[in-house]
Amino acid sequence: MRYLPKSDTERRDMLRAVGVDSLDALFAHLPQEVRLNRPLEIPPGKSEYEIVDYFRARGDECASGYPSFLGAGVYHHYRPVLVDTVVSRSEFLTSYTPYQAEISQGTLTTIFEFQTMICQLTGMEVANASMYDGSTAVPEAAMMAIRLTRRDRVLVARTVHPEYREVLSTYAKHQGMPVVEVDYARESGGLDTNDLEKKIDDRTAAVIIQSPNFFGIVEDVRSAAEIAHRHGALLIYVFAEAVSLGVLEPPRDADIVAGELQSFAISPSYGGPFAGIIATKEKFMRQMPGRIVGETKDTRGNRTFCLTLAAREQHIRREKATSNICTNQALVALMATVFMTVYGKQGLRELAEHNLAKAHYLAGKLSLPFTGPFFNEFIVSTKPHTPDAINAALLDRWIIGGLPLERYYPELENTMLLCATEMSRRQSMDIVAEAFR
Amino acid sequence: MYPEDLHYTKQHEWVRLSDHAGVVGITDYAQQELGDIVYVDLPRVGTRVEQGKMMGSVESVKAVSDIYSPLSGEVIEINDALATAPEKLNESPHGDGWLVKIRLSAPDEIQGLLSAADYAKYVAEEESGH
Amino acid sequence: MIKKVRPHVNQNEALLFENSSPGKRGYQLPPLDVPAVDPGSVLGPANTRDEIADFPEVSEVEAIRHFTRLSTQNYAIDLGLYPLGSCTMKYNPRVNEQVARIEGLAWAHPYQPESLAQGIMEVMATLEKMLAEITGMDAVTLQPAAGAHGEFTGILMVRALLQSQGHPRRKLLIPDSAHGTNPATATMAGYAVENIKSNNLGMVDVDELARAVDGDVAALMLTNPNTLGVFEENITQIAEILHAKGAQLYMDGANMNALVGIARPGDFGADVMHLNLHKTFSTPHGGGGPGSGPVAVKDHLVPFLPKPRLTRVSDSWSWNYDLPQSIGRVRAFYGNVGMHVRALAYIMAHGGDGLRNATLDAVLNSSYLRVLLEPYYDLPHHAPTLHECVFSDARQAKHGVRTGDIAKRLIDYGFHPYTVSFPLIVPGAMMIEPTETESKAELDLFVDALISIAKEVDETPDLVLSAPHDTRTSRVDEVTAARKPILRWKP
Repeated sequence: MRYLPKSDTERRDMLRAVGVDSLDALFAHLPQEVRLNRPLEIPPGKSEYEIVDYFRARGDECASGYPSFLGAGVYHHYRPVLVDTVVSRSEFLTSYTPYQAEISQGTLTTIFEFQTMICQLTGMEVANASMYDGSTAVPEAAMMAIRLTRRDRVLVARTVHPEYREVLSTYAKHQGMPVVEVDYARESGGLDTNDLEKKIDDRTAAVIIQSPNFFGIVEDVRSAAEIAHRHGALLIYVFAEAVSLGVLEPPRDADIVAGELQSFAISPSYGGPFAGIIATKEKFMRQMPGRIVGETKDTRGNRTFCLTLAAREQHIRREKATSNICTNQALVALMATVFMTVYGKQGLRELAEHNLAKAHYLAGKLSLPFTGPFFNEFIVSTKPHTPDAINAALLDRWIIGGLPLERYYPELENTMLLCATEMSRRQSMDIVAEAFR
Repeated sequence: MYPEDLHYTKQHEWVRLSDHAGVVGITDYAQQELGDIVYVDLPRVGTRVEQGKMMGSVESVKAVSDIYSPLSGEVIEINDALATAPEKLNESPHGDGWLVKIRLSAPDEIQGLLSAADYAKYVAEEESGH
Repeated sequence: MIKKVRPHVNQNEALLFENSSPGKRGYQLPPLDVPAVDPGSVLGPANTRDEIADFPEVSEVEAIRHFTRLSTQNYAIDLGLYPLGSCTMKYNPRVNEQVARIEGLAWAHPYQPESLAQGIMEVMATLEKMLAEITGMDAVTLQPAAGAHGEFTGILMVRALLQSQGHPRRKLLIPDSAHGTNPATATMAGYAVENIKSNNLGMVDVDELARAVDGDVAALMLTNPNTLGVFEENITQIAEILHAKGAQLYMDGANMNALVGIARPGDFGADVMHLNLHKTFSTPHGGGGPGSGPVAVKDHLVPFLPKPRLTRVSDSWSWNYDLPQSIGRVRAFYGNVGMHVRALAYIMAHGGDGLRNATLDAVLNSSYLRVLLEPYYDLPHHAPTLHECVFSDARQAKHGVRTGDIAKRLIDYGFHPYTVSFPLIVPGAMMIEPTETESKAELDLFVDALISIAKEVDETPDLVLSAPHDTRTSRVDEVTAARKPILRWKP
């Protein structure tokens, strides 16, 4: 087998050194009742060609090359070629967690740069080396707020991604952390600050909002923060569409930012792997979960990087750790780092402006129930048609339409969530607009 | 080696008594075991502490050690200097590296603590056990 | 004599921000085919940012040089052995990278119509089936993002099961040899931790266990083989003790590389377990992640699996959300699907017999190292070991040299260190796992290196104490990094 670099002669030599006469003898001490006494029911090993062929066929059974107007937490943005070039370097792809700083400066340096760029983008002071994804970053941020405020409950806007809220609920159930939802204003589509005032109290550890929210609406972060802080609670700002930060004012009033970086050259890949982040103020640094890279010096006085503040983590604190998280998303975070580098200060702005232009062009042709400002996603009314009918018509034209919202928000029947990015062509958008007539 | 005027616990804490208060720290043995201290997590002023219960922790690069309160009472002062200079704990564990000052609620608990001589003996036994 | 490496000059490279210069760019966007809009007008001036202060501005050339130079400062599997215990640092097959990038799979949106996602769903369903067969379990979820996440998911399911029987119970039993994620997971799932001591062979003390299991115990979290590489020979008895009291056996699958094709956790009593695709199933570590932590369960836990579940409806795959007893979601969408593709490709390349042969080679490699190193390093436990073994620095400690020092000196010999100071039950631990994808030549070089270092400890210990010598950075000041954290660049 091509991945097993030993010849039978070598195996025999090694068995002799070990002092047994067969490979099976190495397992002789296992109790008989636990042994598997038949071959695994898995087809025989395939050649590389057959493997590629199999997956190509599976790829063909999926939509390939269809323009898509789906967003809702996973975005179609162009992936610069340099991204895969860099992450395909053996030394990045096949290296391990940088516990041994002397031979991991490549990884450590890029993570340090990543942490810096996340701070620059979000207006926060420190960031970690990534969480699994945006959806799990949310409960981690909530637990952080609970630890910091020593209060026991959180408020979450209904316009935070429904699946993110589900994950929060799964985690919260076992931490004795009540979660209360705050409604959205029916006219703007943004957070209902009256509802927030009604529901917040002195046991609230944090208020969690997403911007742009699930409806695509840009939230009034300042107002939400003011209410939260007035009650001694923290404001957690969640983002699912990282490109928005190219043009949106960063959430400087937030205490913790929990976000998803999939938009930064991480393939949609049917939902993962992605890369989440947590960023916060320096004073909250020691309660931040996940790996963190810090700058220091070596014995020769050179600048160097290492994993630091490890005492928060599971391998040291065990049951008292800030989180059980071990893996970070290093390779996908590196994709985001390369993306941010390729676009840079001007490019990220220009990219965001392109997204803004495309989405507003399409929105201009449709009927929007909400009045709030939006970035590249927006809700449209499908009347007099149904969302399914419109999507079916678009599929006939080899276009994937938007996300019908009724199953997540029953009061929003006959609406769908549409997303247009820099990859959406005018021609496709015109066809979409047609389908609504 | 271990100051005579202090009382000690088997968890390697010491107390320096004055009136109804006690200044608390960790011993030289403890700081040596931990190595370079990087961070100290202390209770807030006003916290009620209980003898033998955890009240904070001390971190080195690769380890965390819980600090247990040697006596019961209320925290009335904490050593702010440790926030910016945790190395004081290594340099002067029985002096400048003190952790908290407690107003004692049950001074009788002092009877159960070890003298410098008893503590030194205890440490010697621990070391030979290694 | 150091044979594997010689000192190499690699380039200094500043940070991106230090290489930046205003106006430099590494991108070009196509012209807009729709009218431009003014951000301030559509978003409102309060919502519109100024420029991203100090964000990098470099050209494509500088970008590629930056990252390429930095990459040369990393060790990697493609360069040589990583003997890290329980990490299973095996070869990352490149065909896996290629198939993961196939357009229909890589660009699939989780919300695209199921009729247009059948291919990727078929991949996931096939992987679920294969993992169930490999583990001897009844059902699999691919949702958890990593091993620790899988542990959390599995323990939540145990909780849900016991809750459905009336009482979730209070605590989890965890051996003192366990990986740190185990107790951390317990806390996150709302359970208290009770440690179980190992016996003098490094295995779970069955009498201790029998004493400890009462109506308050929800489960035992066990790694088998354990972190010493020792197979828990009393595993059947251990399972019986737990099941008799209605407790569950959770198996941490980090060490599956010793068992695939040889023994199946489902056959020896595990109720629930997680797998690490980035260990046993070859998905790349990528400098620390991503991982993927599928969870496999027996029938009685199936109702509690995270939703949605992949189901066959008529002739196609569909996501089923109608699962009233499910623990809910542990993350958005369906899992780290990109890693599922890679893991399936790995399984397909080996086939059933091939997977078993890989296990045989993994155990052979570890046994070979163990027997060759035993004359030079202290072996604290003498039970037979499988895919990994743990030595201690006891002999070298007499000269004042510890496991961490030996590890650093290994770097001068061209190797990544083994796992230092873990498991905690072995003072001065040196935990070694070679995996099956190491050649005899590489293993021999590794043995030679450790033998040479043992000699250095006897004759010139300072050489070892001050190692590494030939790396571009040495003995990083981790103390200052933790005392005065600098976590970002500032102008």
